Amino acid sequence: MPSIVFLNCKKKYISTIQRFNKRSASTSKKMNKNKKSSRRKFLVRGGLGTLGVLAIGTYVFRNPIRRKTLSISESLIPPYNGSGTEANLWFEITQENQVVLHSSKVEMGQGTFTGLAQMVADELDVAIEQIKVVGAASATGIVDGLSTGGSLSIASLWVPLREMAATMREMVKGEAAKKMGVSVASLSTKDGVVSGGGKTMTYAEVATDVTDWDVPSTPDLRPVNTYKYVGKPVPRVDLAAKVFGDPIFGMDAEMPDMLHAAVIRPEHVGATFKSADTSKAAGMSGVVKIVETPDWVGVIAKTFSQALSAKRAIKVDWDIPKKWTESEIKDMLQVGKGDRMITQKVGDELDPEEEGVVAMEFSSPIGAHAQIEPNGAVAHVVDGKATIMLSTQVVGITQKQVATALGLKKKNVNIIPTFLGGGFGRRLNTSHAVTAAKLSQAVGKPVKYFFTRKEEFQNDTFRPPTHHIMRGKLNANGLLDSLEHHYASGDVAINSALMPGVVNTILGTDIGAMRGANIMYGKIKNHRSVQWHTTLPFATSWWRSLGLLANTFAIESFIDEMALKAGKNPVDFRLAMLGTAGNQARIRKVIEVAAAKSGYTDEVVDGKAMGFAASIDTGSPCAQVVEVSMVDKEIKVHKVTCAFDCGVAVNPDQVRSQCEGSINMGISGALHEKMTLKDGQLYPTIYGPYQMALMRNTPKEIDIHLIQGADVPLPVGEPPLGPIGAAIGNAVRRLTGKRVVDLPMRIV
Amino acid sequence: MKLSFNINGQPQSVEIEDPNTPLLWVVRDIMNLKGTKFGCGKAACGACTLHVDGEAVRACSYPAKFAEGKKVVTIEGLGTRENPHPVQQAWIEHVVPQCGYCQPGFMMATAALLAENPNPTDEDIDNNIVNVCRCATYTRMRKAIHRAAELGQE
Repeated sequence: MPSIVFLNCKKKYISTIQRFNKRSASTSKKMNKNKKSSRRKFLVRGGLGTLGVLAIGTYVFRNPIRRKTLSISESLIPPYNGSGTEANLWFEITQENQVVLHSSKVEMGQGTFTGLAQMVADELDVAIEQIKVVGAASATGIVDGLSTGGSLSIASLWVPLREMAATMREMVKGEAAKKMGVSVASLSTKDGVVSGGGKTMTYAEVATDVTDWDVPSTPDLRPVNTYKYVGKPVPRVDLAAKVFGDPIFGMDAEMPDMLHAAVIRPEHVGATFKSADTSKAAGMSGVVKIVETPDWVGVIAKTFSQALSAKRAIKVDWDIPKKWTESEIKDMLQVGKGDRMITQKVGDELDPEEEGVVAMEFSSPIGAHAQIEPNGAVAHVVDGKATIMLSTQVVGITQKQVATALGLKKKNVNIIPTFLGGGFGRRLNTSHAVTAAKLSQAVGKPVKYFFTRKEEFQNDTFRPPTHHIMRGKLNANGLLDSLEHHYASGDVAINSALMPGVVNTILGTDIGAMRGANIMYGKIKNHRSVQWHTTLPFATSWWRSLGLLANTFAIESFIDEMALKAGKNPVDFRLAMLGTAGNQARIRKVIEVAAAKSGYTDEVVDGKAMGFAASIDTGSPCAQVVEVSMVDKEIKVHKVTCAFDCGVAVNPDQVRSQCEGSINMGISGALHEKMTLKDGQLYPTIYGPYQMALMRNTPKEIDIHLIQGADVPLPVGEPPLGPIGAAIGNAVRRLTGKRVVDLPMRIV
Repeated sequence: MKLSFNINGQPQSVEIEDPNTPLLWVVRDIMNLKGTKFGCGKAACGACTLHVDGEAVRACSYPAKFAEGKKVVTIEGLGTRENPHPVQQAWIEHVVPQCGYCQPGFMMATAALLAENPNPTDEDIDNNIVNVCRCATYTRMRKAIHRAAELGQE
């Protein structure tokens, strides 16, 4: 492929979204005009048990696929552009006067269900205890046009969900007025009860037997400072289910008469299936059927243990064209190789040969998602219809993949998302649902199929390795005049089902690998960021925060080294290169707060050194200060101070929880984790050898300071993963005099 | 074989074909107690931790035959919403879980630790609580473990 030089990517990206908004705004107007005449059904149903969920295909199946986008004020946040935007699809009122919220976003630990419940409670006027949030099955008609990812769930639903809740409230009031024989204006609502004219009715009583509803124009939203739940640290809505071990995950899903399957997958990178000897397995205890396709062979048995035993008895002949080595991968992935794209360009290019130019190289390894719940699915394919329960971040894409692979109509494939035992980007590709569906089709019964841990590690869609070259030059005042970040990465967004090829062509860059790659210090006269993209022989993709951890590690380690060279305090050095308006001011603020609250010092005190780093990701700036000591050659992180600006914190406790999780996961990624290739296979394939941060490796204290620098909620789940790696490296530099340039950090 | 044991306070007998079937699958698929999780199948992550005669055991690698005549307790038997175990109470107070998948294993490991060592130091916690949490809720878990120790002594 010829290299494409693509300038000023960010500007083009914004304008694409703006165009999209314009188009959707006109759609939205059209729909509003039609609203008065449209009559909609509002369903009152009993509580949903497991059986109710399984029977979901029998109700609401009437919403035409349409795309309506409700744009929101923050132009960088993509709006909800999925299907099903009628309030009555999202909210179900049960006979017990509970509200079931069918969420287009799934819950994978990030606390989205809780934030959404808070938003709904405050506009629908119900107590949060009255709300039950479930992931919307595709058959409800609510299919998110995006994924659950990018830290966008709360931010993108902030306006549309509250508008739907407010609309629903007015719909209930309208019906109540008719039933109670009073005017709408005389009614008030609280805790799921309508009152007025001396009478009261519960929402359930109002909704009973109503089949046609008048849909009012979208009401104005209430001011954020009047809310009872939004902005408060309410406990997670899924807390009890998770503390008492309720069966809520994909792995826990069952269907009547369900069988279990195990599938043999290639162990070598690039290997393909040739043939299999299944004669021994076919006669083994419990085996129901052996399914052979051109790409794989699977065994279906009565129990999982039986399926696994039979699988071990199958001998497969693989075509292994080549045994890839780690050094080959390292050689492919270098700045200067692959497709070059300039992702940021301000001022002039630095001449590397010029006197006074400092250059440093950095790298990060292949990372595994290693979420604890393995991927899998329970599928039932019968009579041209498929029902699939699984942990997925992509309901819509999975529905399409199954429909295409099995030749079914999309509307006949119902994807029911469960709670996820971790997502982290791994479940943005859940094409194993297709395998489960084909297995079920082969026996005409429900089949549960999931990966073993070894398969999970070998079939991951890894965080790509990266290579970075930083170049900079100080001026006479000891500040940077020029700064350049050259970075090489494998696929993140490119080749993902989430990103249509056309988007990649328009943007000319891998926007995932780009996260955190651009220079955020606006006052540096000349700065640029250059991407080198290479597709590797194994799948690489989205890993929580994408390129942010590695890119920030390179940039902020280099900034620290330049501050040392200039003889400046790293906090002052950073502040001197930041402007005072817009996001520059917000970055400045988190840096100032983190420095002040941590009492940052360059001095090593009692064998402990501090390290400072900052980043901005998807509009949410974050600064972190770590306190580090070393015992033998092991790096110990004692305390992390974190200042974070995500705009409105819908649930401050859950924002803190996400900061803590990001910091500890970043420590794990920066200090411990590394996949490699051994005899042509990705290795290791089990926890332990795949080292991760455990209790003993994580700080006892994480001190978080939230700053509200915007009047809307901005992304939370990933931005705090940015600074941690560099902050640790910078502390180690002060403690030992050694600059760590490769992740995971090894001090020799 | 016929396997007889006590689970969450109830005597139970089940027929299992292979006595070496991991206890995890007996609990999950035969007893239908899904709170004990499958994570790795190699006793490396601790998601399947339950108690056998009061000791924390990684059920994915524990042959079911060894449970014969013993007392098995899973997360479902640790405490209830009405009467939570101190560990569960502490987990609620500190809003520990994120995705929640590994949490039953951590709570079972913690409950076993506290039964033996009612007031563990940070070092005791580091040495004994060695399960894996990918959401990395470790900082809150450590606080919750200390809180559970307090609650247990009240």
